[in-house]
Amino acid sequence: MSSAAVSNKKGFGATLWDYLTTVDHKKLGVMYLFAGTLFFAIAGFEALLMRLQLMIPNSDFVSAGTFNELLTMHGTTMLFLAATPLLFGFMNAIVPLQIGARDVAFPFLNSLGFWLFFLGAIFLHLSFFLGGAPDAGWTNYASLAIYSPGHGIDFYVLGLQISGAGTLISGINFIVTIITMRAPGMTFMRMPLFTWTSLISSALILFAFPPLTVGLFLMLVDRMFGANFFDHTMGGNTVIWEHLFWIFGHPEVYILVLPAFGLFSEIIPVFARKRLFGYSSMVFATILIGFLGFMVWAHHMFTTGLGATANAIFAVATMAIAVPTGMKVFNWIMTIWGGSVKVTVPMLYALGFIPSFVAGGVTGVMQAAAPLDYQLHDSYFIVAHFHYVIVGGIVTAIFGSMHFYWPIMFNRALSERLGVWTFWIFFIGFHCTFFIQHFLGLMGMPRRVFTYQANQGWDLFNFISSIGAILMAIGVILLVINIILSAKSKPLNCRDYWGDGRSLEWAIKTPVPFYNFKQTPLVRGYDPYWLEKHDGNEEGMIYAEPLGDIHMPNNSILPLIMSIGTFVAAFGALYHPDGDKPWAIPVLILGLAITVGAMIVRSVKDDHGFHVHVEEVIATEEELYGKGGNK
Amino acid sequence: MEETKFTPQTWPDKPEQATMEGKNKFVGIWIFICSDITLFASVFATYLSLKDKGPAGMGAEFTAANLFELPLAFIMTMLLLTSSLTSVYAMYHLKNHNFKGVQIWMGITVLLGLGFLALEIYEFYHYVHIGFGYTHSAFSSAFFTLVGTHGLHVVVGLVWIICLMVRNARRGLSLYNAPKYYAAAIFWHFIDVIWVFIFTVVYLMGVLG
Repeated sequence: MSSAAVSNKKGFGATLWDYLTTVDHKKLGVMYLFAGTLFFAIAGFEALLMRLQLMIPNSDFVSAGTFNELLTMHGTTMLFLAATPLLFGFMNAIVPLQIGARDVAFPFLNSLGFWLFFLGAIFLHLSFFLGGAPDAGWTNYASLAIYSPGHGIDFYVLGLQISGAGTLISGINFIVTIITMRAPGMTFMRMPLFTWTSLISSALILFAFPPLTVGLFLMLVDRMFGANFFDHTMGGNTVIWEHLFWIFGHPEVYILVLPAFGLFSEIIPVFARKRLFGYSSMVFATILIGFLGFMVWAHHMFTTGLGATANAIFAVATMAIAVPTGMKVFNWIMTIWGGSVKVTVPMLYALGFIPSFVAGGVTGVMQAAAPLDYQLHDSYFIVAHFHYVIVGGIVTAIFGSMHFYWPIMFNRALSERLGVWTFWIFFIGFHCTFFIQHFLGLMGMPRRVFTYQANQGWDLFNFISSIGAILMAIGVILLVINIILSAKSKPLNCRDYWGDGRSLEWAIKTPVPFYNFKQTPLVRGYDPYWLEKHDGNEEGMIYAEPLGDIHMPNNSILPLIMSIGTFVAAFGALYHPDGDKPWAIPVLILGLAITVGAMIVRSVKDDHGFHVHVEEVIATEEELYGKGGNK
Repeated sequence: MEETKFTPQTWPDKPEQATMEGKNKFVGIWIFICSDITLFASVFATYLSLKDKGPAGMGAEFTAANLFELPLAFIMTMLLLTSSLTSVYAMYHLKNHNFKGVQIWMGITVLLGLGFLALEIYEFYHYVHIGFGYTHSAFSSAFFTLVGTHGLHVVVGLVWIICLMVRNARRGLSLYNAPKYYAAAIFWHFIDVIWVFIFTVVYLMGVLG
């Protein structure tokens, strides 16, 4: 138990222990953010190497085999280990504040989710040093992956199995948190849009990750324990992998993009200084996108040969998704329309997001037409399309929200001046890289090739695309510099940094105390902080309870131990098929024993949490905010 | 933390949801079961698409119609269905603050679960013994994965309930452990429902259709 102010005075060891054992959603949010940034940088570097290789024809900057590893690890890392944790970082840090909760429903599971994700990610990246990274693409199609030599694919399967379990656990935690932990008066239809999209995105995780778990398990036993799911000579069928992967893989896109939509739905009303247009239609559209997201997976498999009927059904379902997405786009535009717009860095990202994402959406509808998809399939057009969706939609949301929420998460602000530079360099670089790839695709350049012949009309466009990638890298470096500079800047110690905050998270003074709200707030309507501000309430909220003792969860090292157990077990499974390593199975059993043992300790040891007494609450408030506390 | 002593009169109507932690556990186990249903749906789909598939020249004795025996599967089904009923009795006593009743009926549930597990292990052993091992064919891999995943859930459920019974044997019921018993019972019912589907899809449809 420690307040932010006290932890500043602690030694390194104590601070480290604090972070290894913490169950505080704000600290876990910060850990997700930094882990996500680390893997974002690694995957971005891999992308840069690929673009340098493709800059000129017949290049031999990297070998074909290395290129396959780079493209596989770039895709896998960006989706599972960068975008997901970065969004989880915001969900952890902001959602409990938005619903007026002191912590999440299962703080222990929250910590377990983080450590599983992190150790799974480390495991996957160890492949670079232990005999080669996975090389069958992030989709890891069984027809390729089953026959890939070495341990690369095994690292992919086991690493994603572990980190996927972490993601699923976090998803369950968020759903329960949002259902049960809302403050009095915070009805479902008063929840901020980011909380709504986090809820729906977590529900997608709930239903999408188990098929991936099964798919990975089948791949695991096929490669390591002699099963025959994908071996056609033994009656197996590789299309099973394609189905299981895309039943997960398509919702995964919405798992990432829905929270991004939610973040923009928070940013735009604050800087348009106008209530979000069409709130209930936004909620409806979110649910509809989540539902339809499960009905369209086979549009990734139009060329697999499922037949005309299946292709037609999935084509129509895919086109239908454009309707709720279009509703959202119009709602954002209508929110800005007639508002008194302040163009800050987060708002710049929001303004850049709308046209970029629409472009990605339109090319998506083009591919939904199955006959056209036969032409576009596996070409650079596809690469251009999904980067428009993912960079134009998700990465802009993450960068914009970093600027937007930095004051709440760190009690510091990122520089606006540097932020504007970052935005323009990154934004121009992004369009420079990917816009031109549409044409490369239409001209017939296949994706995932490590080089190409000169004089096919591809040379100039590839060169321009690579220049754009370098600009994007400069943009990211500027953002990192901005983050480092902010760490040295003065603490803000203020409330409502942007001056026009609307939802509950802006009603708390920063630094946010570890118990969030000294008294649980009472929510009187949508945009509760805006409401109280305009009623002249200086405290920013009214309370549902008198000042009293606060019940908080205990820290625990067990989540880390459980995760280490799975990490150890994964090595056992990985080296089992080598045959010459008799220690493999004992290591597998040892790892599982560590995990199961920690689980049993967790369930037989009572954990009642602790109470922060009212005197301590008052003392903490005065230490953080001076005399009078959070007033 | 100070423990409140309850009598059957002061015991709340829904002890599993009387505290915030209890309510979270109650909602949490249901949400978890939603995702576990998707897990089983994926394994079922895999099984159905690989049913009776094997290498060229795989003998007809290794197809579902010849391999599975309904009497054994029927006994297993009855054991598991009955164990679901006994766990309902345990929850009935939980609501009435009768700890002894909870322990006795949970104990019977565990015994029935162990009986089921023993028969399943015997069945697997028998198949392996006649040459239908995990690596025999795509069909065998799919069969053992589907039924084995369910078997693993049974093991988890048994370990969970036994841990609860041993840990709380001397402590009696409280609002701290009532939600834990309740969540374990819901999980046990879920395992039972999955088995009904396995019995139908694997054994009945395998032998009869």
